[in-house]
Amino acid sequence: MEKMKLVVVGNGMAGMRTVEELLKISPDLYDITVFGDEPHPNYNRIMLSPVLAGEQTIDDIILNSREWYAENNITLHTGKKIHKIDRRLRMAFAEDGTFALYDRMLIATGSTPFMLPIPGKDLKGVIGFRDIKDVDAMIATAGTHKHAVVIGGGLLGLEAANGLKIQGMDVTVIHKNEWLLERQLDKTAGLMLQRSLEAKGLSFKLNMDTKQLIGENGHVKAIQFEDGSELAADLVVMAVGIRPNYALAESAGIHCDRGIVVNDTMQTFDPRVYSVGECVAHRGISYGLVAPLFEMAKVCANHLANFGIGQYKGSVTSTKLKVTGIDLFSAGDFTGNEDTEEIVLHDAVGGIYKKIVIKDDKIIGSVLYGDTTDGSWYFQLLRDGKPIHEIRDNLMFGQDSLGNTGHEGQDKVSAMTDEMEVCGCNGVCKGTIVKAIQEKGLFSIDDVKKQTKAGSSCGSCVGLVEQILVSTLGGGYAPPSSAKTICGCSDKGHEEIRQQIRDNKYLNIPDAIKGMAWRTPNGCATCRPALNYYLISTWPHEAVDDPQSRFINERVHANIQKDGTYSVIPRMYGGVTTPSQLRKIADVADKYAVPMVKVTGGQRIDLLGVKKEDLVDMWADLDMPSGYAYSKGIRTVKTCVGSEFCRFGTQNSTQMGIDIEKAFDHMWAPHKVKFAVSGCPRNCAESGIKDVGIIGVDSGWEMYVGGNGGIKTEVAQFLCKVKTSDEVLEYSGAFIQIYREEARYLDRTVHWIERVGLEYVKRRVIEDAEGRKAAYERLLYALQGAVEPWSERVKKRNEHKEFEDITI
Amino acid sequence: MSQWTKITTLSEIPKLGSRVVRSAKGDIAVFRTDDDRVFALHDSCPHKKGPLSQGIVYGDKVACPLHSWQISLVDGHAQDPDEGQTACFSVKVEDGMVYLEL
Repeated sequence: MEKMKLVVVGNGMAGMRTVEELLKISPDLYDITVFGDEPHPNYNRIMLSPVLAGEQTIDDIILNSREWYAENNITLHTGKKIHKIDRRLRMAFAEDGTFALYDRMLIATGSTPFMLPIPGKDLKGVIGFRDIKDVDAMIATAGTHKHAVVIGGGLLGLEAANGLKIQGMDVTVIHKNEWLLERQLDKTAGLMLQRSLEAKGLSFKLNMDTKQLIGENGHVKAIQFEDGSELAADLVVMAVGIRPNYALAESAGIHCDRGIVVNDTMQTFDPRVYSVGECVAHRGISYGLVAPLFEMAKVCANHLANFGIGQYKGSVTSTKLKVTGIDLFSAGDFTGNEDTEEIVLHDAVGGIYKKIVIKDDKIIGSVLYGDTTDGSWYFQLLRDGKPIHEIRDNLMFGQDSLGNTGHEGQDKVSAMTDEMEVCGCNGVCKGTIVKAIQEKGLFSIDDVKKQTKAGSSCGSCVGLVEQILVSTLGGGYAPPSSAKTICGCSDKGHEEIRQQIRDNKYLNIPDAIKGMAWRTPNGCATCRPALNYYLISTWPHEAVDDPQSRFINERVHANIQKDGTYSVIPRMYGGVTTPSQLRKIADVADKYAVPMVKVTGGQRIDLLGVKKEDLVDMWADLDMPSGYAYSKGIRTVKTCVGSEFCRFGTQNSTQMGIDIEKAFDHMWAPHKVKFAVSGCPRNCAESGIKDVGIIGVDSGWEMYVGGNGGIKTEVAQFLCKVKTSDEVLEYSGAFIQIYREEARYLDRTVHWIERVGLEYVKRRVIEDAEGRKAAYERLLYALQGAVEPWSERVKKRNEHKEFEDITI
Repeated sequence: MSQWTKITTLSEIPKLGSRVVRSAKGDIAVFRTDDDRVFALHDSCPHKKGPLSQGIVYGDKVACPLHSWQISLVDGHAQDPDEGQTACFSVKVEDGMVYLEL
């Protein structure tokens, strides 16, 4: 069957991003033809400022090479401008006579700089700042002339001015407003910015209206203002705004209203014609930043691929100036009014200004100058509309998501040199990441993870990676929404998937994947373990636990090591052992020539370097239960000595620990779960950094939740105080059960609490007594009749041929 | 001279799973996909030699258990953006019996 024909008018970032998204999900649906009026393949327009500043070259910023078009069987016409669309014949005509038939069309004609309608605007040397041609003209002029004038003190104007200054020109910025970037900054920040730029050698004329441009021999010579004064100018860059390019669409009879009007599926009034990018008017708004274009591209590709899901509902945008050495960030409504509150930090000498505008307990806008570390965090809170009263006290001091281990304690990327290591797991330096973002055209954390590996292992440096993205891309970076999809196999988020598993009572992975319309026949290594967990935690005793969807460690009940051997850690409830147990472990270690015997951080003993084929024999000889040290589930309950022996102990913490570990043994969870019980506030069991930390006091037990001692040290938060050990079991069991039922797979308790809020947890576990008891009952029901996996494997050793190797 | 060697029956390889064959050419992982296709790769990830036989199988790929590199069962190539290739072996199924060409 002949493929449908897709004609793309416009070879820029929006159009090509749509094509890329389309190829990803439906590579064979269309024969694609692309027309672009520039002579270049698609390049990263937002990197033109670094090119002008001499930090990048044109080759560096090419996003799709000509080879890419060829590899994907896309017919590319560069330097050919479509000037007519005949919708009856479904044909597009270029000025040189080239034409193409279409079944569907994508118009992505972008925008053009708005040129002030003043006398002299057509003189030579008067340009906009939009494409490679403009940059070439600026660099050429800088080589031969001295005086540059930039009209417009917005983002683009300032970036142009900075670049021209670096190219060696004397630059004056003319701005009609009282301060710079009035659409992004309030007056305080605007003045701070002006001072910094003046220190770089730029001049400013504010509150000035341009009357005309004066020429000599057809070339611009000077600029004259309304008050009659003049300024020498060999080059005038107009950066006073952009206008969507919709003339072509309008001439074809497609409805336009200051842009090509599209609905939420990016469809124009002609159902065969779609449009994305700066040329569209969506709900009356045209966007001039790259992040919204990418959101549009994704939605548009989905509909072009006939999937028919996904809606574009408009974007909240943030901006950042791409001038090296200047850190500013702004998002949302940063001006405020009588209905809003403000939190402001202003250190004039230190050059730091931060303002957060709050309305009805939510962030609605923010301006940061000098220290933009937390910009993307504020932006995310803004986009998600998250209530902030719980974190209000700390809001101004940042997310504290940084300061993790693995990158020399750095938490501000601006203070790092290019050689400094960002990702300590994979050895990736800051410079490598910046280069990859610029040259490979990366726009998201996932892109960076894939291309550079930074942030792809333990994830502790993701905050730094995000900062690098923000500072390199400026407004081109959009933080991921918190409602993230499970993986590339589905567009559904974790919560929706859990809900559907409940509602439709899916009991096995094939049914779930089919019922929820996965794009892949049997998922991938990311979604299958998650699905398996969601199934067995939602329908205990009913859902099928699929071993092939479990990570190898949980499949073989041992921890795989770097050389393919395994580690064996038997349970020692509460960290208490006996001489006979120790003798047995020693004998087993001898018999199987275990290369290393190590005491773990969780108060038990690890036998490392065991061959896979020895596992079952070893378990038989050990005759001890599995310690689940390999599981997303209950790991250890660490205890201190407690009142039995310790002269300070107020409670029998060891027994409490043993009781907890026995009660919750065999429990699977979204991620590993660690407990600790201390017998007094000296807290020798380190309860403050555990998922559930219990501290004995004279009058009972205090409970803390959401602690973590790993990648990032998180101090557990106080949940409640109870009197008896039965209550400890009930409260902690209910807490863990609600976490098991509601957290996303691979969320530790801290991440889950961060999302739902401690108040929510308190409401469910403390205030709602019935709910707590019911949750605890559900946990006990789920654990009923749980089988000890090692002895089970020993018993059924002949049934599991798959674990035996075949020797030939 | 290479020759076909009888390995095991198809039913002895779990769906979306694998078996390891110890041979003179080293350990070979024999995989079975959900739709009963069978593939054989050198049991060693091109990245850090992780045992691919222990990974999660999906579609016609396997994710290495050590660092989640995704390796194509069809040609042994690592998926973008990783680079590398694991040796492949020919394998066939006849009357429910799996044969490996060595």
